[in-house]
Amino acid sequence: MEKEKEQSKKPEKKAETEQKSNIKRRTLLKALTGIPVLGVFAFELLEKWSYEREKRNKVLAELGLRDIKAPTVIKSSSGTKGDLLRIGIIGFGNRAKAHANGLGFMHPLDVIKRKENGTLDNWLAQEDLNVALTGICDVFDLHAENGLETARNQIRPGGGTGTNLPVKRYLHYQEMLDDKDIDAVMIATPDFHHAKMAVDAANAGKHIYCEKSVALTEKELNDLYNTVKKSNIVFQLGHQITQSVVFQQAKEVIRKNILGKITLIETTTNRNTASGAWIRNLDANGNPKPGNEKTIDWAQWLGSSPKVPFSLDRYYNWTKWFAYDMGMIGQLFTHEFDAVNQLLRIGIPKSALSSGGIYYWKDNREIPDTLQCVWEYPDKDLTLMYSADLACSRNRGRVFMGHDASMELGSSLKVTVDNDSTRFKQQIKDGIIDPNHPVFSYHPGSNKIDAVTSATEKYYASRGLINTNINGHQIDLTYLHIKEWIDCIRNGGVPRANIERAFEEGVTCIMANKSYREKRYVEWDPVKRKIV
Amino acid sequence: MKESDKYTSWQLIVLISLRILIGWHLLYEGITKLINPNWTSAGFLMESKWILSGFSQWIISNPGILNFVDFLNTWGLTAIGLGLIVGLFTRTAAISGAILLLIYYLNNPPLIGLEYSVPMEGNYLIVSKTLIEAVALFVLVVFPTDSVAGLDVFIYRFKNRKNRRGK
Repeated sequence: MEKEKEQSKKPEKKAETEQKSNIKRRTLLKALTGIPVLGVFAFELLEKWSYEREKRNKVLAELGLRDIKAPTVIKSSSGTKGDLLRIGIIGFGNRAKAHANGLGFMHPLDVIKRKENGTLDNWLAQEDLNVALTGICDVFDLHAENGLETARNQIRPGGGTGTNLPVKRYLHYQEMLDDKDIDAVMIATPDFHHAKMAVDAANAGKHIYCEKSVALTEKELNDLYNTVKKSNIVFQLGHQITQSVVFQQAKEVIRKNILGKITLIETTTNRNTASGAWIRNLDANGNPKPGNEKTIDWAQWLGSSPKVPFSLDRYYNWTKWFAYDMGMIGQLFTHEFDAVNQLLRIGIPKSALSSGGIYYWKDNREIPDTLQCVWEYPDKDLTLMYSADLACSRNRGRVFMGHDASMELGSSLKVTVDNDSTRFKQQIKDGIIDPNHPVFSYHPGSNKIDAVTSATEKYYASRGLINTNINGHQIDLTYLHIKEWIDCIRNGGVPRANIERAFEEGVTCIMANKSYREKRYVEWDPVKRKIV
Repeated sequence: MKESDKYTSWQLIVLISLRILIGWHLLYEGITKLINPNWTSAGFLMESKWILSGFSQWIISNPGILNFVDFLNTWGLTAIGLGLIVGLFTRTAAISGAILLLIYYLNNPPLIGLEYSVPMEGNYLIVSKTLIEAVALFVLVVFPTDSVAGLDVFIYRFKNRKNRRGK
């Protein structure tokens, strides 16, 4: 009996263990429910990536842009660092601060400011250029003092150490030029001094980094061109835009003729602040900025311009008068022209026609606040246009319009294929290229927040004039432009914004300015090399 | 009582599907950010309105903190997504996911009077999909399925065995 009982228990037990293991298996399967989902996810993810990569490669291959790559490192030109260069800055206002930073010098207060907003590291990442800032010349004591403090600050980027060379203030720029202990000068005065100072500097054998505009009159421009051509100095005009990685990409797009035949280039300016309209005599709190006849050498500031009584309005807001510059043409269009000319080498136009007026900032200004200029290049089948407004900040880009595609170039690059393009007709039909969206866009370092704050600075940043992103650092374009100039001084070579480009730009701007002021159509005589 | 006994099989299927679908969404959000070296939360934070805007501005103004927040977002979303799909640390994943989504919601809630420069992809009044997804995750917290379907099963078993031995 007992045996029987035991025998009957056995299959029961067996069934029980089978059931248990079944339960176990089911629990195990349930526990792993998510794993196949994960597998499907991974599969779909790879599918999507390969689809996107293929599509992108196909489009880029169609455009011939497949091998385009952003330079990750800006290479220092070969050659030695060379001997220490001793540099003097003429005019130490706002722009000169950027020059000093580019050279590797920063005012102690700015060091603190940039430490606070987290951008000091970008500056410290600059290479040590092995230069000494040994001369400062400014007609305003306060600015000169600023310059001296900047030059004396021992903090240097790129692991550089101070040279302990003394810095000297010169009361007149000619004294600086006469000093054999200065090798090169940077000119950042109001525009009407540029040409004369540069001519004198070239005659004194000093290398020149000159801010735009290069000259206000044809005579000045010719003098400068001839003097620099005869000399052995390195001349660089202050147009830093071509140093950016975006610009390098734009160059590739042009070189590969993606745009097809370009017949119209539209350049623009839109700003809508008092500072943007060159009203700069008040500080952030609305109080008048410092300066009086005792602290500003007014006679020297006026130079060869008409004698007028001392005026802080003129001192700070000089852009408003034609005696001191060419308004938007000289201050803003010069950068636009440089960008276009460096890309397409359009050179001097056949004609210029400008119109505009003072429609918003009805103060004592002479320069227009709304301006349209058109230059014709019949030998290149091309029109260059500049449209500017100082009372509306609507963003309009810098656009190159071609038959097959158009390109917008600013702090980023966008290429959009034209709906009616001949070259890409088939690809548009096949759906490979979508003419409603940029087919190629490039935003370097879009994950970094720029430390640009004021509206005017934002304007410059949007035009691609402030920073470029290299290796995760926001690198100052002015620094790269200065570095190129210094490399050329040490190792030979011609910088990109050389005297030829400066001459072309100078003529183009003077033509447009003349057209506006004389209310007429202005032409260039290429044989006599004269504006008529 | 075991959870599997609490739910009918349809309830279980729906709850597990919800968990996996939300996990899928968050995982893909995380991975997209992970593979895009240019991604940053700065753009989103810059748009921040309402009660968290001050906090967001503070994050943006500190590059170090912004980097940290970006890191947390990317890896947080990835980990939460993975956790929800495979059912590992499911409760933690669901709670942190819900909190993260609530923070997103509080940064740009579609309240009357708050205007955003980037248009939303649907039409919302106070309630947005983000808010619903956050609440759905809370649903998963109070109706857990991890002891039935998910790697957490092994954790529970391990704990149970330990407890039994302890007794």
